[in-house]
Amino acid sequence: MKPYDLTLTQAAQSLAKRELSSVELTESFLKRIEALEPSLHAFVTVDAEGALKAAHIADERRAQGGAGPLLGLPLALKDNLSTRGLRTTCSSKMLESYVPPFDATVVKALRAAGAVVLGKTNLDEFAMGSSTENSAFGVTHNPWDPTRVPGGSSGGSAAAVAAGFCLAALGSDTGGSIRQPASLCGVVGLKPTYGRVSRFGLVAFASSLDQIGPMARNVTDAATLSQVIDGHDAMDSTSVESAVPDYAAALKAGVKGLRIGLPKEYFVDGLDPQVAEAVRSAVAALEKMGATVHAVSLPHTEHCLSVYYLLATAEASSNLARFDGVRYGFRAAAASLVPQYMKTRAQGFGPEVKRRIMLGTYALSSGYYDAYYKRAQQVRTLIARDFDEAFKTVDVIATPTAPTTAFRIGEKADDPMTMYLSDIFTISVNLAGVPAISLPCGFDKAGLPIGLQLIGRAFEESTLFSAAYAYEQGQTWKDKRPQNLGPAL
Amino acid sequence: MALTEADVDHVAKLARLEITPEERTRYRGQLNAILDHAAGLTGLDLSQVPPTAHILPLNNVWRMDSVCPSLPREEVLANAPDKAKGCFRVPKIIE
Repeated sequence: MKPYDLTLTQAAQSLAKRELSSVELTESFLKRIEALEPSLHAFVTVDAEGALKAAHIADERRAQGGAGPLLGLPLALKDNLSTRGLRTTCSSKMLESYVPPFDATVVKALRAAGAVVLGKTNLDEFAMGSSTENSAFGVTHNPWDPTRVPGGSSGGSAAAVAAGFCLAALGSDTGGSIRQPASLCGVVGLKPTYGRVSRFGLVAFASSLDQIGPMARNVTDAATLSQVIDGHDAMDSTSVESAVPDYAAALKAGVKGLRIGLPKEYFVDGLDPQVAEAVRSAVAALEKMGATVHAVSLPHTEHCLSVYYLLATAEASSNLARFDGVRYGFRAAAASLVPQYMKTRAQGFGPEVKRRIMLGTYALSSGYYDAYYKRAQQVRTLIARDFDEAFKTVDVIATPTAPTTAFRIGEKADDPMTMYLSDIFTISVNLAGVPAISLPCGFDKAGLPIGLQLIGRAFEESTLFSAAYAYEQGQTWKDKRPQNLGPAL
Repeated sequence: MALTEADVDHVAKLARLEITPEERTRYRGQLNAILDHAAGLTGLDLSQVPPTAHILPLNNVWRMDSVCPSLPREEVLANAPDKAKGCFRVPKIIE
């Protein structure tokens, strides 16, 4: 087995047994990236020099008896996570040459645990999109079929994990941006409970919805990453002082007596029959292992998309107001200040970002605030209550992650509404602030991955990990790899 | 509540976004499609429903008002498109 074929858990064991060095492991990934990146474009920036330096330091640390859950392990980071000294673009012209003077808290945590950062992965610009087609630096291709999208907005991270460009990656999720690309690329992705992971250093899109989470080849690897990044942070006043459980210990808890809810509103027209079938089979498999299945209802599901597109865009319009060409980033030439703002933002932002800023500005503007923004906040309360109600009778809710498998590049680019519908099963989770995991549950006839989503109560990531692990161990999905990516290395 | 072209111009101005006439027409159509979809929210009875601004029951998270080191000035200015005399330089603001 080549080093780049190892899972994060296997690589950690191999390094601990001195079978492999971090430098060898890192070089293995860098060579693979060099050969296959041109056809997949998962990365915005590959930092070979920084990665090898960190790998050397990790090997030295280990030689001196040092340890750490991620010591010497090569990872990739979505390019909206601030990395000190390494450019962070958010896949936008606005930040094309921006180099942060600080590390995001999660990046600090990964480095303290000994991780090696291979580079920054591609995303939809400022995390706004569901296909990574909105990147200002080119689309990422799905490793399972390069004519198709990897999903978005964390498409680069999902593709990098699926293609074996890194052991695991971090993504961010505001309306499904970890889970949907995980589903389309056949990997595991978790959005934690809102407040579980510090957002300090994550370039903000929608502050009441954004969360950072792991993307990995299997549940164990994802849990290892969560253990490192979860926790309260004084630098993020929206992070919560809730003790982080031992996720590794929780993995093997099994599912005996676990009550699984199937929400009737999620199994409707527009859902690909192959996706529905794979998800139902997965739930049946969990039932055989001792779980019980119950019908539940999330009555306000039909309003989730509208609520999200009013609240998230309103918050984005505020968060993106800082990009004005004054202190950093792109600046357009102008004779006076306001025209400088207007031209900088017109030229620096792509069309989807501008569309969302305008929608959000409108929803907040005088005369429309009550009708749109406030109303959406009220419906958000109802959506959150739907989940509270359902979780009185079940412990996890099972749904498809996405209504279809990976669609073709360009297929949905012309109609924003069609693109927005890709997030229809994931958006409710961000609005309710609860955690959810996507994991592979099959392939369609075209060989494209299908994702199962499990949604849990706030702060019950352990339950999600144990249910996901139990299902995963009875299947072979996690061992499948995309074929024909390029020359054998 | 359809957006007019004047509405689009007004919003663009608030958002400090210069738009072309073609963009004005395109955004008007696309924004209206999204707002039409959102019209489904008007039918709900929300009279007894409080708005959710923030999903967690967190309020007024405090910290001690203690001084700690700031970013060194060179780092603050390192990404500046234009700087002079230790400041960010911008076009004229006041006549």
